[in-house]
Amino acid sequence: MKLESGTKELILLKSGEIALKGLNRGSFEDLMIKNCKRALRGVGEFRFTKAQSTIYAQPVGDCDMEEALDRLSRVFGIAALTRAAVVEKDMEAIRKTAAQYLEEELKAASTFKVAAKRSDKSFPMTSPEICRELGGWLLRQFPHLKVDVENPDVLVVVEVRDFAAYVHGAQLPGAGGIPVGSSGRAMLLLSGGIDSPVAGVMMAKRGLSISAVHFYSPPYTSERALLKVKTLCEKMTRYCGTIPLHIVPFTEISEAIKEHCREDFGTVIMRRFMMRIAQDIALQEECSGLITGESVGQVASQTMASLACTQAGLTLPVLRPVIGMDKEEIIAISRKIDTFETSIQPFDDCCTVFTPRHPKTKPRLEEVLKEEQKLDYEALVQRAIAQTTKERLSPR
Amino acid sequence: MREIYLDNAATTPVDPAVAQVAVRVMEELYGNPSSLHKKGLEAQLLLEKAREQMADALGCQPEEVYFTSGATESNNIAIQGVFAAHRRRGNTLISTAVEHSSVRSPLQMLAQQQNANVVLVGPQPDGSIDPDQLCREVTGDTLLVSCNLVNSEVGAVCDLAAIARQAKKRNPKVLVHTDGVQAFGKVDFSLKKLGVDLASFSGHKFHAPKGIGVLYVKKGVRLQPLCYGGGQEKGLRPGTENVPLACAMGAAAAAAKEKLARHRAHYAALRAHFLEKAEQFPQLCINMPPDGAPNICNISVPGYRSETMIHFLAERGIYVSGGSACSKGADSHVLTAMGLPRNRIKSALRITFSPLNTLEDIDAFFDALVQGMNQITRSND
Repeated sequence: MKLESGTKELILLKSGEIALKGLNRGSFEDLMIKNCKRALRGVGEFRFTKAQSTIYAQPVGDCDMEEALDRLSRVFGIAALTRAAVVEKDMEAIRKTAAQYLEEELKAASTFKVAAKRSDKSFPMTSPEICRELGGWLLRQFPHLKVDVENPDVLVVVEVRDFAAYVHGAQLPGAGGIPVGSSGRAMLLLSGGIDSPVAGVMMAKRGLSISAVHFYSPPYTSERALLKVKTLCEKMTRYCGTIPLHIVPFTEISEAIKEHCREDFGTVIMRRFMMRIAQDIALQEECSGLITGESVGQVASQTMASLACTQAGLTLPVLRPVIGMDKEEIIAISRKIDTFETSIQPFDDCCTVFTPRHPKTKPRLEEVLKEEQKLDYEALVQRAIAQTTKERLSPR
Repeated sequence: MREIYLDNAATTPVDPAVAQVAVRVMEELYGNPSSLHKKGLEAQLLLEKAREQMADALGCQPEEVYFTSGATESNNIAIQGVFAAHRRRGNTLISTAVEHSSVRSPLQMLAQQQNANVVLVGPQPDGSIDPDQLCREVTGDTLLVSCNLVNSEVGAVCDLAAIARQAKKRNPKVLVHTDGVQAFGKVDFSLKKLGVDLASFSGHKFHAPKGIGVLYVKKGVRLQPLCYGGGQEKGLRPGTENVPLACAMGAAAAAAKEKLARHRAHYAALRAHFLEKAEQFPQLCINMPPDGAPNICNISVPGYRSETMIHFLAERGIYVSGGSACSKGADSHVLTAMGLPRNRIKSALRITFSPLNTLEDIDAFFDALVQGMNQITRSND
């Protein structure tokens, strides 16, 4: 896309669901703009304005528009986005800019279609008239082209709005969802596997800011495993914004369970500890829920009976966005959000070392509680929390 | 905390004298060997001297030494180069189930993408390869037999001379390649006497820097290169020669050759001490063969995961590994092929010596190992 000097280019962001938010719409949009600005840090300065369920991101000075578009495509709340040329509301100017702005695309194409939207009803031509006029003119400028309204190679869009007209090609789909932060904050239990980063990003899509907690068991798990979790967080931040990561030392608890409790209950007891500690930290950090990557039936600790046991005693809601998904579906999302390759690095995690040979798939809570009574439960929890460290992870 | 490095099969510290050679070439003798002027000639002569040092240490002719970036590249040029240059003659490549990933992966790639018939022969229970069994697979269709000289995980030494002799008896046109990375400086061999056609070596396994290696190509053996360019290394490995690292490797090889007998005696003493200590613990399993390379020890402590024990030891300044450093955490394919039970595979530790190690290092290792066995929670493997 090229432009004559003096012509301005910007990015149009179409908000999806938040257009339906009634009286709260303004605050949703403001939050989305804040998130956009954060995502664009380092790319260049942008001025944001909003009108008619569209947000205009106008660069101030030079910037890498492709990079900006790529980053904004991961900001939740945006249904569609596109780079566009700003043009005077004058048919002559619109024609000239369209031919110039989309010249390369039109030259390489064999078919095209013009679509017009006129929200400024004072503009002298109707939408169909704009299409006919511009379409005819482009056909004369690019004689090799044919019109195809069903399946065009290039779509030329003209939007006539309040302050100016905008010319652009086909829009890109945005990340969808609602702006991160609009639903509050929740605490993600992040193991380093495939499922938990997916769960975190899915809940960020529903407007949650993400905090994370990781249970670290040296020497059973290594510094590399911890580094892997940090890398996962960094990758997630491209969707979620900054993530505070809480690293909980878990070795003492794992060893105590192994030493004192029945082996087949090891995993469910360990997971109850993790949920309990996650909830305590979540409450300190003003989170209103927990997020896990659990999926029913995937492993022994994710049967309905096990979920009931890990849930028992918690007061915060536990969000499990991948609960009904197959592994393949989860993997597809993890590839899309680019966490898959990191997740599959083969380091021992806290589960591999302490996994019982035959874990209980139908643990009964009374039995679990009886096993837990063999431990100095509260002291173990409090010691782990006291030694927890916190780190803020941001996009690289 | 004193650092005790017992992972010398993964890599070795660079000998300070060897590093000095590289620094001097980088700073002062920095010419491009292909330049016509004096500075270029100076670099060319240095490179040829390094080639002579390598040839002398390996027991071959200087013109049979090709500098590469290391054994991964050497193994790839050898295997892919033979297949591409000779595939009209046949389609079968024979190797073993206990090779390093830089031999396994190109073979696998050729099987998948070029339809090569790859035959992998399993080891005997001690990890060594039976030459008869390997060579029984050789037919008129066979292009290449590739077998390591010393196994990188358990140290089993293969009788390459017998393999080369028997393979060529069955098919005189067959080419024999060996990955000699773990052998140089540890076992006494000469390429000429082994009778192999191709052999790979890596500088960083014998106290030279990382990023330099050798492919030995016997005179008259034709290979197709992987890269094309300015024709350096007779077109087999084009690209401006890495003169500083080649010179460093030449110096390291000359030193290794000169001190081989002394080092072998030192390794043997370390190994004897290691075995003596190990015998005090009936729960330890010995995974290395009695007649293996003297610098490689491999044991298992069933119930204690390799990764856990490695981190536990590292916290105490003692560095060992599980399997090959190149397979980061995955189960050892070598121990698996040897048919060891799962709990021994999951708990294997490889302890590998350099001339810098002492008997006290071994004592410190066993002290820490015992501490680990007392402190670490047993896994259910």
